[in-house]
Amino acid sequence: MKDVREALMVGRNSEGKLVRRPISPHLQVYKPQISSALSIFHRITGCALGAGTLVLTLWLVTAASGDNAFSVMQAVLASWLGILVLIGFTAALFYHFCNGIRHLFWDFGQGYELPTMHRTGYLVVGATVVLTAGFWVIGFLVW
Amino acid sequence: MKSSDPTVHIMRSQLGRARGLGAAKTGVAHWWAQRVTAILLLPLSLYFVASVLALAGADRAGMAAYMGRPWNTVLFLLLTGALFYHLSLGLQVVVEDYVHKESSKLATLLILKGLIIVCALACAVSVLKLAL
Repeated sequence: MKDVREALMVGRNSEGKLVRRPISPHLQVYKPQISSALSIFHRITGCALGAGTLVLTLWLVTAASGDNAFSVMQAVLASWLGILVLIGFTAALFYHFCNGIRHLFWDFGQGYELPTMHRTGYLVVGATVVLTAGFWVIGFLVW
Repeated sequence: MKSSDPTVHIMRSQLGRARGLGAAKTGVAHWWAQRVTAILLLPLSLYFVASVLALAGADRAGMAAYMGRPWNTVLFLLLTGALFYHLSLGLQVVVEDYVHKESSKLATLLILKGLIIVCALACAVSVLKLAL
């Protein structure tokens, strides 16, 4: 027996003949748009933040382990490469945060009109830049 | 009938097919959990960002003092739970979307979820060890 899903790919047309159902067009035929770009970016930042949780885990574990381990960890994070990676993670976090709010509004049925969707999309990008820059300005001031 | 014509290969009733497609009632559990953890993470991630700024350049003693304040202990544990649960739900969807071979999909999900549980436990234990 074949996969159950295989059966759903077959239907009857108006003449009662069995036909393979049409499949929706694949990604590569679409022109890149802000909506699709921001959508896939939500996923990418989510996965990147998943990698970021490894850094968070190391940060907490080294802090709980001892002075030496933690000072090494802090030094690595404060190196130029560490800072660069952390800038990436904060940008990913603020993007996922802002676009996540956008998704929650959609879950409540709000903001589906195309002009609104475009406006909120650009708003998310703008807010990400502002929040990331703000974080690092404050960060370097308090550090 | 040509051999290329589409055919239905299974012998199952429509009802059996619908039943085989999955559960009613619990089918939305994943969707709900993802939204609830997302809403929880809105204030918690702002709290986390503020904590990171407060702890910039801190030494181990500074970390311990920070985590030792009861509300910080609670919020960091809550953050750990919500964050790793949300991550687990999100990565599961990504894997299910892109890994098509059943055995690879299962293996990838088990490895990722196992790693997430280890990290979540490590974070929670570390926060408690710093705090207590």
